[in-house]
Amino acid sequence: MLIFEPFFLRALLAGIGLAIVAAPLGCFVVWQRLAYFGETVAQAGLIGVALGLALHMDVTWGVLVVALLVAALLLWFGRQKLVGLDPVLGLLHHAALAAGVIATSMLDGPPVDLAGFLFGDVFAVSSTDVTIIYVGGAIVLAGILLLWQPLLRLAVHEELAAAEGVKRDRIRAAFIFLLAVTIAVAMKIVGILLVMAFLVVPAVAARPLAGTPERMVLLTALIAVASVVVGLWLSFAFDAPGGPSIVIVMSLVAALSLSWAALGRGSGATR
Amino acid sequence: MAGTDKNLTAAAAAPNACGHASGHGCAHAQADHNCAGEVPVFNPDALISARGVSVTRGGRDQLIDVNLDINEREIVTLIGPNGAGKSTLVRVLLGLEKPTRGEVHRRTDLRIGYVPQRFDSDVSVPMTVERFLTLGLGRNGGRVEDLLRQVDASSVAQQQLGQLSGGELQRVLLARALLRKPNLLVLDEPAQGVDYSGEADLYNLIGRLRDEAGFGVLLVSHDLHIVMARSDRVVCLNRHVCCSGVPQAVAQHPAYGRLFGPQAARAFGIYRHEHDHHHDLAGMPHPASGDTTDSDSPEGGSAC
Repeated sequence: MLIFEPFFLRALLAGIGLAIVAAPLGCFVVWQRLAYFGETVAQAGLIGVALGLALHMDVTWGVLVVALLVAALLLWFGRQKLVGLDPVLGLLHHAALAAGVIATSMLDGPPVDLAGFLFGDVFAVSSTDVTIIYVGGAIVLAGILLLWQPLLRLAVHEELAAAEGVKRDRIRAAFIFLLAVTIAVAMKIVGILLVMAFLVVPAVAARPLAGTPERMVLLTALIAVASVVVGLWLSFAFDAPGGPSIVIVMSLVAALSLSWAALGRGSGATR
Repeated sequence: MAGTDKNLTAAAAAPNACGHASGHGCAHAQADHNCAGEVPVFNPDALISARGVSVTRGGRDQLIDVNLDINEREIVTLIGPNGAGKSTLVRVLLGLEKPTRGEVHRRTDLRIGYVPQRFDSDVSVPMTVERFLTLGLGRNGGRVEDLLRQVDASSVAQQQLGQLSGGELQRVLLARALLRKPNLLVLDEPAQGVDYSGEADLYNLIGRLRDEAGFGVLLVSHDLHIVMARSDRVVCLNRHVCCSGVPQAVAQHPAYGRLFGPQAARAFGIYRHEHDHHHDLAGMPHPASGDTTDSDSPEGGSAC
């Protein structure tokens, strides 16, 4: 069967690994309302792609460096209190995308496959990419495990946690570092425009069905893994792009789950 | 409470007009308040000791030269109108915000139980009350049940945080603060979202717990009647410390009447209208013409 071709197995392996790594990060992004923040960092990744191509190195490194720089810039902007971070993010994520498109267009050599970077090309992942996902993913998961308690306290009530002695700046910086690593690693699978959807949508889908934070992470991972399998199969069967197919399946699950919550059945959602 | 107002009482006898950094030339009377820029003297026995704390944000003074001590077993109530900088002062005392000028000294054994005003927004983390109470504390099962009973919230132990009403949330936050066995309990507007009788119950409870556990209490409030009766000391804040002392003394202080209007003052029986200065629209105090006498200041109050 064609479904057991190496390229399909690699895509499956990469997608499932990423789904598991993305689950706890997606939950924290939802809990701390950082979706827009992550979106901006991810879209700045295109500048990193240009950087990686220009320096003839793996684009993952370029994306990681630029994502970290942009995240640091955003944290710095957040120090002023005159303009809220949301309008700043709204401005910057378009600017970052525009800058990335210009940067890739100015590279010497053959034209860059922009669509591949924007939406990912899951069936083109190499065995090196799979290795990067599993090594990078292990580092991210270890980091989350280590910071789980303080991260959770900050997510529940930031000021309370800080008053009780949680080092909020340090913990937040560490989390953003892990988020940037995940974005860089995930970029090849689902692309710059869909990375945050890959993180956030399964977590949104899991929220109404979970009563504890741990169960929500587990459910998020399950939903994401199932979406990867179903999405890739659909993509293969209907000859549709892989990354977008996965995200569409996730979104359908989230839509169902949110409808369930809207009917007042969700866990801890009603007042 | 005897001995807790040393600084203020000592200085009330010898008010000194000075043109210090806060820019209003009124008669400040605090023993260790100095115009020569000497090293501030912290009270080493106090749980928290703040000296010359000023906060300026966006060119606007939010706190001007605030001195404050909170001693063991003492209930200090911080009152003041909206925008008086109460929450800013609490944030500075808790170490959540750095003052622009001045210093805060915390005793090394200080253990703060903080009851914040509210959750910033809806809680999006799925979590039961029981889990929230022990989050970051390890297993403490017996105490949890005990404390929830004390704050009258046993019934919500298994509920999700997001499902609680304002009053329930407030009591759960109080239980969490108490679970940390604090020697200083800090409550920021604890009566918000609680009805009038609930408010009285809450303050009774805090008073009783203080008597049992012996912690100091810093209570922030914008309203007064019930609060003040329970306090050992009331600090009236309007960006600067307007007056401070035992509840009755503050209630009789002219600055208190000016801040809260004659209605509030009459609630305590006595109100004397004595202008030694007035506040402009921005709340900055200005001295009235020539009249800076402080002789009518009640005990424990400092003219300002």
